[in-house]
Amino acid sequence: MTHHSPPPPAMGCNNAPVLKERGQHEVFCGLTGIIWLHRKMQDAFFLVVGSRTCAHLLQSAAGVMIFAEPRFGTAILEESDLAGLADAQEELEREVDRLLARRTDIRQLFLVGSCPSEVIKLDLSRAAERLSARHAPKVRVLNYSGSGIETTFTEGEDACLAAMVPALPDTDARQLMMVGALPDVAEDQALELLARIGIDNVTVLPARHADAQVGVGPNTSFALTQPFLGGTHSALERRGARHIPAPFPFGEEGTTAWLRAVARDFGIDQARVDAVIDAPRARARKAVAKAAETLSGKTLFFFPDSQMEIPLARFLTRECGMEAVEVGTPYIHKALVDPDLELLAEGPVIAEGQDVEKQLDRCRAARPDLTVCGLGLANPLEAEGMTTKWAIELVFTPVHFYEQAGDLAGLFSRPLHRRDRLRLEAAE
Amino acid sequence: MKLAVWTYEGPPHVGALRVATAMTGLHYVLHAPQGDTYADLLFTMIERRDHRPPVTYTTFQARDLGADTANLFKTACEAAYERFQPQAMIVGASCTAELIQDDPGGMAETMGMPIPIIPLELPSYQRKENFGADETLFQLVRRLAEPMARTETITANLIGPTALGFRHRDDIPEVTALLEGMGIKVNVCAPYGASPADLARLGAAHFNVLMYPETGEAACRWMERELDQPFTRTVPIGVGATRDFVAEVADITGLEPRLDESRLRLPWYSASVDSTYLTGKRVFIFGDGTHVATAARIARDEMGFEVVGLGCYNREMARKIRALAKEFGVAALISDDHLDVEAAIAEAAPELILGTQMERHTGKRLGIPCAVISAPVHVQDFPARYSPQMGLEGANVIFDTWVHPLVMGLEEHLLTMFREDFEFHDAAGPSHHGGAHVPRDAADAPGQEAPAEAGNVIWLDAAERELRKIPFFVRGKAKRNTEAFASERGLGEISVDTLYEAKAHYAR
Repeated sequence: MTHHSPPPPAMGCNNAPVLKERGQHEVFCGLTGIIWLHRKMQDAFFLVVGSRTCAHLLQSAAGVMIFAEPRFGTAILEESDLAGLADAQEELEREVDRLLARRTDIRQLFLVGSCPSEVIKLDLSRAAERLSARHAPKVRVLNYSGSGIETTFTEGEDACLAAMVPALPDTDARQLMMVGALPDVAEDQALELLARIGIDNVTVLPARHADAQVGVGPNTSFALTQPFLGGTHSALERRGARHIPAPFPFGEEGTTAWLRAVARDFGIDQARVDAVIDAPRARARKAVAKAAETLSGKTLFFFPDSQMEIPLARFLTRECGMEAVEVGTPYIHKALVDPDLELLAEGPVIAEGQDVEKQLDRCRAARPDLTVCGLGLANPLEAEGMTTKWAIELVFTPVHFYEQAGDLAGLFSRPLHRRDRLRLEAAE
Repeated sequence: MKLAVWTYEGPPHVGALRVATAMTGLHYVLHAPQGDTYADLLFTMIERRDHRPPVTYTTFQARDLGADTANLFKTACEAAYERFQPQAMIVGASCTAELIQDDPGGMAETMGMPIPIIPLELPSYQRKENFGADETLFQLVRRLAEPMARTETITANLIGPTALGFRHRDDIPEVTALLEGMGIKVNVCAPYGASPADLARLGAAHFNVLMYPETGEAACRWMERELDQPFTRTVPIGVGATRDFVAEVADITGLEPRLDESRLRLPWYSASVDSTYLTGKRVFIFGDGTHVATAARIARDEMGFEVVGLGCYNREMARKIRALAKEFGVAALISDDHLDVEAAIAEAAPELILGTQMERHTGKRLGIPCAVISAPVHVQDFPARYSPQMGLEGANVIFDTWVHPLVMGLEEHLLTMFREDFEFHDAAGPSHHGGAHVPRDAADAPGQEAPAEAGNVIWLDAAERELRKIPFFVRGKAKRNTEAFASERGLGEISVDTLYEAKAHYAR
């Protein structure tokens, strides 16, 4: 059985001009990543050192509060911490001691910097070092910044993973490292596919538990599963690991290209790969085709959110027949998304950064059939008669690899489908 | 530094946002880093507003810090004025901008804007959301309201309802109707639905109705002093409070106290025999001070409950709530740490919690039913139906809301009669609620509350079996009381007799 993706476009977007904008950014800060990271790393606790705003953000971003006592919290800075009346380092150590005494299941503690802690230059790396020494070997303490002045939404995960890289043990083993916090179901499917292709020695960053043996070294090749991991990419290269550039594994085409690139790196011939992936490819195409009936020929506008916009635009245009009008993304890591940009046919505005008011003007002028945006914009745009897809769901739902390709397309077709179903107007 | 997992209140600038979002023709320029825009979704998602909140966030980044964040603020201010053409603007800093000390208020005032610019000083590291709302409304009123001739007929302002308030949307028509019943028209309702131009004519009203002290008291006090407008102290939540409110309004205006009670059902519903089972139900009340105080009175006087604990998370109301607790003969819990509240609830072992969304979760964990009476709000607190708390319809709504989580009359008797029944038992939950049936074994998780050995006191088998027959929500208390009773008397063992002697001892 053979499959043919549409041929690559004569002119992709990899050399397209980028509209760079500054202004109000309608996006979350990097702290938000804690919501999924703390579920992924089951023995980790994320302690934000910040303000009441940080605590309120985490609570609100979690939407409905996840009320099993979550493995994250905020050490709220108070007036006395700022006025230098209290030694913030000592205060922090006291809070951490208390926390670890109460939560004996915690093996990794992340001290997460915030806007206020960065502005007052609270040295969390020193705190992490001291606390690590104090609580080793049971608990490892690391730090990273999820502040809004430095990180946009998914960049928080990038900062977290990048902070883990220097602490990984050395290894000379020939291995694949799969990088990115994926839902367990998607991760397990990928590992199964890789094993059947013949790649057994696979580690995953982040691992689900602290005691997983994740090493890195010159014989490590790594493949990213998320396009926002630029800092982690650099940190791994500094450890001697080699990046496997590939389109991201969204949809049938992306997954196939990603797996083939990995297989090539491990010297596995394509016939063996194809024998493994033929059946899941066919399933993925069939599942996508159903949603594509709704999506085909519809126009699409992305507000910047998760940095997944470029690979998703590639998927939606090439596999679902949509027409991208604007693809806004908070930041473009050229080295990471170039393979996706090459496949995305020229035409859409590629925008980096944001001035939300100007972008809303463009969006209203374009009247796209589907607008992908954050939660702050979705209902107001719906009220203006536009159909929207909230972007955050793309981060919280299993959307990677073959078996989720149909679900991914479904996330975009559902709002259009819903608008068709509802009959709310008065009879004429 | 204080560790927080969940918080009852956001930072004070979120309070300012609640005021700005409730109003029209006002714009808020907030000096804030990227990410603080999360607050928009509180309004667009939780409250399902169909407009973006009228806020411009300056969105400074790390690279701006050494350079020119002040200029960024000015540019944002100008752009916001150009685009939105508001009648007035409020300007201020979020927690991070407060640290970089750009003084947005000072800058905005020197920019020569043709509209009133009201600077807000909201100390993010000391105060919280309710203060932020109260202070913002106060500053707006102080700047915009002026003494003027009173309206010919008697009118009142409604003060305090905000965006994202607990049932504020529906309380407004209810209070408006109460006033109309006495022939009083509403002059201005603020901030909900008011424009800056409306605030300018607040002074035309004869008096103010302070609906929510949390968010409107500073403004009312200022108007009392500067505009000579008295304001009402009674918050009309509950039957008694609504009648008192009408009496207070009559007192202020010299009008007849008129209240049409034809649609009021709470008193009869409470008096009807079906409600006998509500008698003496032990309730724990927690939330903001205003809703807790009104709920306590309803619980005791209008539902026939026994209040076994009460408290509030907003320190501004601490004195009032302490006095109230004294009147009810319980200790007041003033805390914004939900774990303290959970511990107090577990200790009091109530049969019903009247709390916030936070206590709803606590109740879920402890297996105690909960009705929500106060902010912080959740998408569920913005029901599609009309659902006020204030006035007579509010009382009807409260009766239904509080009774709904409970096991109902006859069902409760059956549970008591057949409390060893393998499938029809107290831990299975009320039959009119969804959720999977919990078999008895799982409900009585092994090890949980296992009497076995407590200090030096040993539970005999028969006593332990008897203890298990006690409804689960009071079992913990019965266990503790019996053990205390036994150790006071130097008993080494607890028998069935000891259990019932202790019960008799603690019975009032």
